[in-house]
Amino acid sequence: MAMKPTFALGPPMAEPLAPLDVIVEANRCLNCYDAPCTRACPTGIDIPRFIRRIASGDKAGAARTIMDANPMGASCARVCPTEELCEGACVYTPDAPAIRIGQLQQHATDWLMADGRALFSPGTPSGKRVAVVGGGPAGLSAARDLARLGHQVTVFERDDLPGGLNTYGIVPYRLPAEVALWEAEQVRRLGVDIRTGVAVGTGVAAAELLAEYDAIVIACGMGRVPHLGIPGEDAGGVWDALDFIRRAKEDGAVPGLGDTVAVIGGGNTAIDAATASKRLGASSVTMFYRRGAERMTAYAFEIEFARSEGVEFRHCVIPKRIVTNEGRVAGLELIRTDTDGSARPIPGSAYTIPVDNVIRAIGQSRFAALLDAFGVIHEHGVAVVDDDMRTNQPRVFAAGDCMFRAGAGDAMVVEAAERGKTAARSIDAFLREGTA
Amino acid sequence: MADLSSNLAGIRSPNPFWLASAPPTNSGYQVMRAFAAGWGGAVWKTLGEPIVNVTSRFAGLNAGATKMIGMNNIELITDRPLDDNLREIAACKAAYPDRPIVASLMTGCTQRSWHELVNAVQDVAVDGFELNFGCPHGMSERGMGSAVGQDPALVEQITRWVKEAARVPVIVKLTPNITDVRYTARAAARGGADAISLINTLNSLMGVDLDTWNPIPHVDGKSSHGGFCGPAVKPIALNMVGECARDPQVTVPISGIGGIATWRDAVEFMLMGATNVQVCTAVMRDGFRIVADMIEGLNNYLDDRGIASVAEIVGKTVPRFVDWNDLNLDYKIVARIDPATCINCNRCWIACEDAAHQCIDRLVDETGASVLEVDEEHCVGCNLCSMVCPVDECITMVRVDDGESVHTWRERLSVPS
Repeated sequence: MAMKPTFALGPPMAEPLAPLDVIVEANRCLNCYDAPCTRACPTGIDIPRFIRRIASGDKAGAARTIMDANPMGASCARVCPTEELCEGACVYTPDAPAIRIGQLQQHATDWLMADGRALFSPGTPSGKRVAVVGGGPAGLSAARDLARLGHQVTVFERDDLPGGLNTYGIVPYRLPAEVALWEAEQVRRLGVDIRTGVAVGTGVAAAELLAEYDAIVIACGMGRVPHLGIPGEDAGGVWDALDFIRRAKEDGAVPGLGDTVAVIGGGNTAIDAATASKRLGASSVTMFYRRGAERMTAYAFEIEFARSEGVEFRHCVIPKRIVTNEGRVAGLELIRTDTDGSARPIPGSAYTIPVDNVIRAIGQSRFAALLDAFGVIHEHGVAVVDDDMRTNQPRVFAAGDCMFRAGAGDAMVVEAAERGKTAARSIDAFLREGTA
Repeated sequence: MADLSSNLAGIRSPNPFWLASAPPTNSGYQVMRAFAAGWGGAVWKTLGEPIVNVTSRFAGLNAGATKMIGMNNIELITDRPLDDNLREIAACKAAYPDRPIVASLMTGCTQRSWHELVNAVQDVAVDGFELNFGCPHGMSERGMGSAVGQDPALVEQITRWVKEAARVPVIVKLTPNITDVRYTARAAARGGADAISLINTLNSLMGVDLDTWNPIPHVDGKSSHGGFCGPAVKPIALNMVGECARDPQVTVPISGIGGIATWRDAVEFMLMGATNVQVCTAVMRDGFRIVADMIEGLNNYLDDRGIASVAEIVGKTVPRFVDWNDLNLDYKIVARIDPATCINCNRCWIACEDAAHQCIDRLVDETGASVLEVDEEHCVGCNLCSMVCPVDECITMVRVDDGESVHTWRERLSVPS
């Protein structure tokens, strides 16, 4: 999966563990039974097992334990909010430091990436064909497990490269694109046909897929960052955060980036856009969030990282107007909001600051039309599924961001991977119904 | 400040911590450094006809990230001329007259060769002799070391020969590579030994290299069994010391050796009957400096208990080291898990479930938190759960019998049917 080299934009957020650290940390693991870390992992990686395998020098076994449970195991090692998941559940906490599970997982998956061996093989052919709409974490996870179950899988990815947000939407110092592409390559090695540059709905019709495939997984993710709905938004220097991050990753520079950057939003993408602005040379980067600090959806460690990079934060404030000069951003008018959490503007509290860029990171739009095309019932663009990822259409399943409700707090890569696995399991059961 | 001085069969030292005859006592330079660090005495690297060593001599046993919980070696006795060793012994004695230097000896199995060696060495005023009847590797193939130490008759005979010539106390160092160490200990006592020291190293092969399939350590692709020592052998050594200490026919004092690395280990050996202790592996890992911690730790231990002299603790646990037949069958303990300190790692549960008596229950309390509880009716008090628990004091073994009735297997056997 060739791609031009992406830019690192500086040192990684967390350095890989040194060999001595690996030994000490792996041996510090207590090897709990029915371990809380494993229970806290959405994909259920048998964490004590992979750590024990590292400790005994079986790196292939460690990597297999990880990747078997989580097709995105290398990405998740880097981007999972481990404090909220496995490491937060470690029995050592809070009295002693948790085992550095994420970094041990990175150690094992880094080894696998360097080694290059294939860990898994396709299942006995079932003669069934499955189309996966979207080549992000959920789609690739579904495709990987469907292939291991013997089904013939085609992934339709609208971008030039697979991987979805892992490839394009996360800053490289958290997740290099190479890692996401390696994971996609492992899926391809199982015989999955990943067709990039093909958008379902325009490049190929939903009806066509319904006619040609025995089952469909919709894993289309989400779309662009919606507009703020304020005057001046079409000025030069205003960015969609995802476009901004993608450009930074692909080109190592963003045209028209000035000295002073305002990022609107309080989530992890907002953090990424802010730190990327900083690393690209902006001297003053401020995040503006409409509610109090405690309501920000970015993880505490991300916020801490942004602070350490020099990003500033303003809470309880919303943008009112982008001030322009000759078609370019010149300033941002803001208004303070009630600190009661309602985000209600306080009349008469508006003020204006000079800025060169405004980056909006207030969530993503939904692909309602695509769901409509498959006849899938949705709520404001969020596909309605049951616990087995089944939609109202018997042959259509949905996984990943397209079925996560806004603010549900579960739009993590690791959750997407798990839903993809669940969809694969459900489809396999569906396709084998009556054939046993 | 407690009195730490010790007296092993007339060999007095300012503290009970001696260096065992081993690589750390190979030269005057090392022993000077050791005495400067505070070691109470030293048993010099075994003297005898100088040998030729191989390179690649040691190998370590690691436990997880902890290096060298044991080591083995295929190094032989001194490879330096006797005169060099004697000159350096004399220099060390002159510099540190209060520290005993004991000369470890090994030679061929004749009265004449032992007399010659003893006479050659005692001219430099060593404080005692230690007869190396223990080394399991190399020298044993030449009829020395453990080849002698495994034969009670030879032990007795050679001890007798040495005693004929020696003007200073004679310690016989015993090999653990024997079915029952009491037989050679008794033989040493019969031969007139003033003390015994044990254990020497255990026969061992440290490992096999998974890539080359060479044994470890290898000498040009081949290896030979070596002597195993260090913390991993401590329980074996402690048992052998205890067995000798409680044997009425082993009538001589004991110098304890085998995996002693801290003051705690030393206290255990002394409680188990050792008058003093000898250390090697811990020094090979961490250097002579550890003796300062051993001295301080032992002193604090004694002071905390109001014990004036370390000599008072020697052998105090020996009467409690008995035959299994004399254990109280009515004594009953069960495990109790403290929910306040339990971290819910479930290690106790899986250990009990798979390897013991399936008597820990995983319950959920009213708040939904998981709780581990011992089924005391079925708990046999094996201790396994408390051993695997990572939290100190979380699982305690609690006595539940009436505390009075005593009933032993020996008593059961003696009851007429």
